[in-house]
Amino acid sequence: MAGARDSLRVVGKALRKVDATAKVVGATKFADDVALPRMLYAKLLRSPHPHARILRIDTSRAVALAGVKAVLTGKDLPIPFGILPVSQDEHALALDKVRFVGDPVAAVAAGSEETATAALELIDVTYEALRPVTDAADAVAHPEPRIHDYGDGGNLHKLIDLEFGDVAEGFAEADLVREDLLFFEGSTHLPMEQHAAVADWSPPPDGKLTLWSSTQTPHYVHRALAKVLELSPAKIRVIATPNGGGFGGKSDPFSHEIVVAKLAMLTGRPVKITLTREEVFYCHRGRHPTLMWVKTGVKKDGAITAMHFKSLLDGGGYGSYGVASTYYTGALQTVTYHVPRYKFQGARAFTNKPPCGPKRGHGTPQPRFALEVHIDKIAEQLGMDPAELRLKHLVPPNSLTANWLRIGSMGLGPCIHKVVEGSGWKEKFRKLPPGKGIGLACSSYITGAGLAIYWNPMPHSGVQLKCDRGGGVTVFCGSTEIGQGSDSILAMIVAEVLGVDPFDIAIVTGDTDLTPVDLGSYSSRVTLMTGNAAIQAAERARDIIASHAARKLALPAERLAFAERRVFDVENPARGLTFAEAVQLAEAAEGTVGTVGSYTPPPSPGRYRGAGVGPSPAYSYSACVAEVDVDPATGIVRVPRIFIAHDVGRSINAATVMGQIEGSVYMGLGEALMEEMAYRGNRNVVHKIPSLLEYKSPTTLEMCDVVTYVVEDPDPNGPFGAKECGQGPLLPVPPAVANAVYDAVGVRIDEVPITPEKVFKALRRKAKGEAARYGPTAFPDIVWPEPTRVPPPWEGGDGKAAEGSGGRAKTVKVPV
Amino acid sequence: MDRIKITFPIMPDAKAKIALELNDEPVEVAFAPHKTLLEVLREDLALTGTKHGCELGECGTCAVLVDGRPVLSCLVLGLACAGHRVKTVEGMAEGGRLHPLQDAFAELGAAQCGYCTPAFLLAAEALLAANRRPTRDEIKQALAGNLCRCTGYIKIYEAVELAAARMRGERAVPSEESLYGRR
Repeated sequence: MAGARDSLRVVGKALRKVDATAKVVGATKFADDVALPRMLYAKLLRSPHPHARILRIDTSRAVALAGVKAVLTGKDLPIPFGILPVSQDEHALALDKVRFVGDPVAAVAAGSEETATAALELIDVTYEALRPVTDAADAVAHPEPRIHDYGDGGNLHKLIDLEFGDVAEGFAEADLVREDLLFFEGSTHLPMEQHAAVADWSPPPDGKLTLWSSTQTPHYVHRALAKVLELSPAKIRVIATPNGGGFGGKSDPFSHEIVVAKLAMLTGRPVKITLTREEVFYCHRGRHPTLMWVKTGVKKDGAITAMHFKSLLDGGGYGSYGVASTYYTGALQTVTYHVPRYKFQGARAFTNKPPCGPKRGHGTPQPRFALEVHIDKIAEQLGMDPAELRLKHLVPPNSLTANWLRIGSMGLGPCIHKVVEGSGWKEKFRKLPPGKGIGLACSSYITGAGLAIYWNPMPHSGVQLKCDRGGGVTVFCGSTEIGQGSDSILAMIVAEVLGVDPFDIAIVTGDTDLTPVDLGSYSSRVTLMTGNAAIQAAERARDIIASHAARKLALPAERLAFAERRVFDVENPARGLTFAEAVQLAEAAEGTVGTVGSYTPPPSPGRYRGAGVGPSPAYSYSACVAEVDVDPATGIVRVPRIFIAHDVGRSINAATVMGQIEGSVYMGLGEALMEEMAYRGNRNVVHKIPSLLEYKSPTTLEMCDVVTYVVEDPDPNGPFGAKECGQGPLLPVPPAVANAVYDAVGVRIDEVPITPEKVFKALRRKAKGEAARYGPTAFPDIVWPEPTRVPPPWEGGDGKAAEGSGGRAKTVKVPV
Repeated sequence: MDRIKITFPIMPDAKAKIALELNDEPVEVAFAPHKTLLEVLREDLALTGTKHGCELGECGTCAVLVDGRPVLSCLVLGLACAGHRVKTVEGMAEGGRLHPLQDAFAELGAAQCGYCTPAFLLAAEALLAANRRPTRDEIKQALAGNLCRCTGYIKIYEAVELAAARMRGERAVPSEESLYGRR
């Protein structure tokens, strides 16, 4: 189906979201809005130590407190879990060791939150403090004491060394070889809704558990609950309530979800937990602080001859998505500008801080910041306009990259033209008065991961569809509405195919009892994957309905069109039936009209170890120009306006696309200027700022104006050509701001956030005749494994690693 | 809010009962006296449209109108609202029709996850009650105490401007650029 644009009636329009009314009247039920009769309240006792052995826990005083119904410690939930099969390193409550300030140690269920809180004070824990590991460099320098007893040695969780072609040969061919060191500070998602969960247990013979939770990934929570509680998945129902913001922070199965489930099973009463804002900071799973070194060789015209990229990630206390995050810091350097030879070395360290994981852009905003600032410096050294340098060397559409990623549609060129023309780039770059600057950066992001976290041959997304004899349609899908508009995407796509109104469609999502599996709202996968599954289900329903309508109208089915709630002859539109009449004919003839659809991404051409991270059905592209005002007296950077162009393939809901792009720019601006997860390294690795007041995020007063251009370069793999738009437009914002600061005051801030202090220090250095720069100065020595050598496509490779390359023989499935 | 009258001693387990005007209706409610207005609304009156993001007065998510002014319901004792007029998001739509602000927020996608939305709507309503034609800067100032992580605030400004125009009786429609971007 996926017809030509002019034939589309719903897709591409700016429509209200199907859940918009519920949200503006306050009727949407978030997890903390769920209240059940006889409900108990749970609280978690968290570690005050960053790294310590638990010698003894005495809960007797807490158990004795009036109103306390149950107390749990680690031994009650001894089975480990974790989002990735390769890092099942978490326990619902710490078993023998705590690994960060805030690590959950014990839990209480009581008749009120006040009683539960009071009971926490009565739990006596004896700790033996261990030396804490404060950051990634500290982890490299101190392999002992180990935070975990697995990983790639000492306190290094993961080491990666991948080589696509001979980079030394490439550097030798270059006219200019440049090296840079950059650092991207960690930041957190800060969803306005604190995580909450409610569990309900129906005792045997039912033996059935129901969990409502603010999760982006009900399918993975389902799996984790079954594993840790040793229940059949058939006895567990996970309902993902609409998330009050996710941004990746609600993508892991969490301690509190397992704890309330266990407490409900023990007490026979519903149990609720709502995390405090401080606890949300401890859940974290946010942006990895990442130190990066990049070396690139270029010809005089800016053509890249080779690139070598190293990253060191500060992972925090647990694995989370970290193995995938580490691969992502090296995966997408190749998808914007042609890189003929590429080498990537990545390391993730365990440290005694809240675990890092996937935040909007998952592992790619850091290297994109490094790469785009690096290229800005290269352009200046070559005396080239940075926009022209990029435009000259774009990766061609429908091509393979050095690391075997398959590029489909590629709209970066038009994106660059839009922001360059819109911003008046040519009249402003290097021509503005002192203190005023303009900077450009580009980026790309995946539209869903090509491989699932658990490798299996089953679809990544499923849709079930039921047509009612009254003309309504119900769509069932496991996808999770986190504010990005996924419910509306399903309604619009099904409405397009069946010719009904999106508001005729009921949407049932995120419920493991009712909906077919969708893997979750992460990796910008939902529109493409659920959209394709919805198209398949809707086309199957349309075919059933059309065959019976055709018989009634004595026409070939091919002559029927579905539009305006009618099924009619395309050559004589007056001749037709209502959609409801057509459904009734089908139902009378065949019984209930219901269909299914599903989607599995195409196989990836890369077949080396590590090729699981990076492949995607389609890549989105963005270009960004930032304007800045820098006050040299204070170092304060203000961003009055950002121009952003994004290649979304094709908009499904134009208004939602605008919202996602503007929201991405906002979050990128926060990371560029102010957001940081900071710790008191010299004072027990205590989180410096676990509050919304101290963790600075942009308010209305800091947010810039945004000029948005939507570029549509349809991708054959996307539903109606659609690609992602919820994460990609964040990526170019921090480097565009950094490049603009340089244009304004001539100092390089090779580190985000770009705080006034850093700008001020760099200006002072410049005034003293020192390097006009603020940023890291060294990359620690790491003993890398033997590289996995994979010849790029143009060197006759077949996507596999060369015989005998790669350090370790053990094969570990690499998840995404 | 300046006329709190609490009679001591209050028994810790005893419930206090107050009368207030809630969403234009007289209401009596009994609750543990230490509870905040936020807790009384959500837990004792089952009005869960009012949300919370920190319960420390930092994010603005729990804002409601007390006597027409936006206040952070997590910082106000329920007892302090005796005899006052309280308005929550549930009281905005009238006669089965959305308030113009609600309608504009829905139309433009100013509510993404929708969690901060009730507070933004009420803060905007207070603004428009005082200023029928606010400038963009006045809107920013009026909403500076409310955090939103989804929208970048832009659709929120545009929705307030659209609603303000409609409330002045103008036949306003969203701009093409707002819905589809600049061509």
